[in-house]
Amino acid sequence: MGVGIEVVSLNAWYAANHTLQDINLNIPANHATALIGPSGCGKSTFVRCLNRMHETNPIARVTGTVRIGNLDIYKDAKPVEIRRRVGMVFQRPNPFPTMSIYDNVAAGLKLNGYRNHRVLDEIVERSLKNSALWEEVKDDLKKKSGASLSGGQQQRLCIARALAVDPEVLLMDEPASALDPVSTSKIEDLIFELKSQYTIVIVTHNMQQAARVAEKTGFFLNGRMVEFDSTHKIFTNPSDKRTEDYITGRFG
Amino acid sequence: MTRIRFQRSLDELKENLLVMAGLAEQAIQRAIEAYRVRDLSICDLVSRSEIAINRLERDIDQTALDLLAMEQPMAIDLRFILSVIKINADLERVGDAAKNISDRVRSMEQMAVVDLPVDIPRMASLAADMVRKSLQSFIEADPEMARAVLTMDDAVDAMNRAAYKSLTKVMEEESHLAPQALNALMIARALERVADHATNIAEDVIFWVQGADVRHHKSLKKGPDPHAMGETEGAV
Repeated sequence: MGVGIEVVSLNAWYAANHTLQDINLNIPANHATALIGPSGCGKSTFVRCLNRMHETNPIARVTGTVRIGNLDIYKDAKPVEIRRRVGMVFQRPNPFPTMSIYDNVAAGLKLNGYRNHRVLDEIVERSLKNSALWEEVKDDLKKKSGASLSGGQQQRLCIARALAVDPEVLLMDEPASALDPVSTSKIEDLIFELKSQYTIVIVTHNMQQAARVAEKTGFFLNGRMVEFDSTHKIFTNPSDKRTEDYITGRFG
Repeated sequence: MTRIRFQRSLDELKENLLVMAGLAEQAIQRAIEAYRVRDLSICDLVSRSEIAINRLERDIDQTALDLLAMEQPMAIDLRFILSVIKINADLERVGDAAKNISDRVRSMEQMAVVDLPVDIPRMASLAADMVRKSLQSFIEADPEMARAVLTMDDAVDAMNRAAYKSLTKVMEEESHLAPQALNALMIARALERVADHATNIAEDVIFWVQGADVRHHKSLKKGPDPHAMGETEGAV
């Protein structure tokens, strides 16, 4: 099951560049939350702070508190443990190109010490079913490589890979921006299905997508979170003029 | 400022709606004038403007539909386009009301002019004033002016109720005046509808500018929740 995320006074830097400034918000469990904002506003940095990926860059720094469920991720846990609990899907699908479809999904499990084939088979099947890819690949699991799939299938494969380690939170950084409308629609349907089991945070430039999939939306601008509210409120009657200017395309 | 093409289309939509508004307002004023001076040539003008109003109604809806489909408007733009679609329909109905009044004037041509216990000119002036103010609130995007229109509707409703009472009495007691009384009653009813359309327009202006839905606020406080009613029905 998904858990809520509590962010308190989060600040992040790339060298001297203060990319996130005093972010405070509560992301509800088992809902999809969309983050919108112009390029460079800090939304991707923000999601990368939710699984401690930001600090993998040597010039990057983070202060503040992020609680995922009861876990204070900058205090109580190691990055590896956090990334097991917080899965991530990126803009461009990045399957391991030479591995089979099966091995792509099982990779994280094997890394975590799973060896029992029957257990692995079960989890791979369940993950591929949860990512709505099973029916399309079940006959070629070990025959075809991840790279042989279409872009949309590859992205669902990456989602299956993220789900295989049974995370509580799924972060998605523009997961459909490189996909055609049909594949995009499949990913969106998937987000809708998955949020009953996971807490989903999705970064998107496509505002209609945010409106379609997310119950909550946050608007980022210049490293600050300008507005966080129900998606309905943000897209029909936002409280902040800057939000309205952005979503109506009158920005800048 | 970005989305220049979209902004131009919104401006164009607003301009077309204002042309429509001008025609509808003119039609209702002409219809009232036709009643006042019993002039059928004015009735012809009302009929002609109704055709123009109908044509514009279709054009405006088409532009609004195109913008919804092609531009994915958000927030205040989305509310603006929705309001334009609804105001457009209300203006078309104001045009219809004007036509109905002018039809009544035509049918009264052969009838003797009699003194009836109803002040149609006053009622017409109030309804036309509501239309004018609601459109002014649209032009100026002024929700306060729109709210002022909402408060005027009760007066027109009261005049319509009074007209119904007094004119049915005329029909009962002076049956030879029944045709004139019936026509006057229908005109009063049309004017009451015009005031209702002005109210709708004012409500749409408030929705556009402030995002607040002020429709039916009195009745909704008292009435049952339709969703709750559905649940009850389902349970039976």
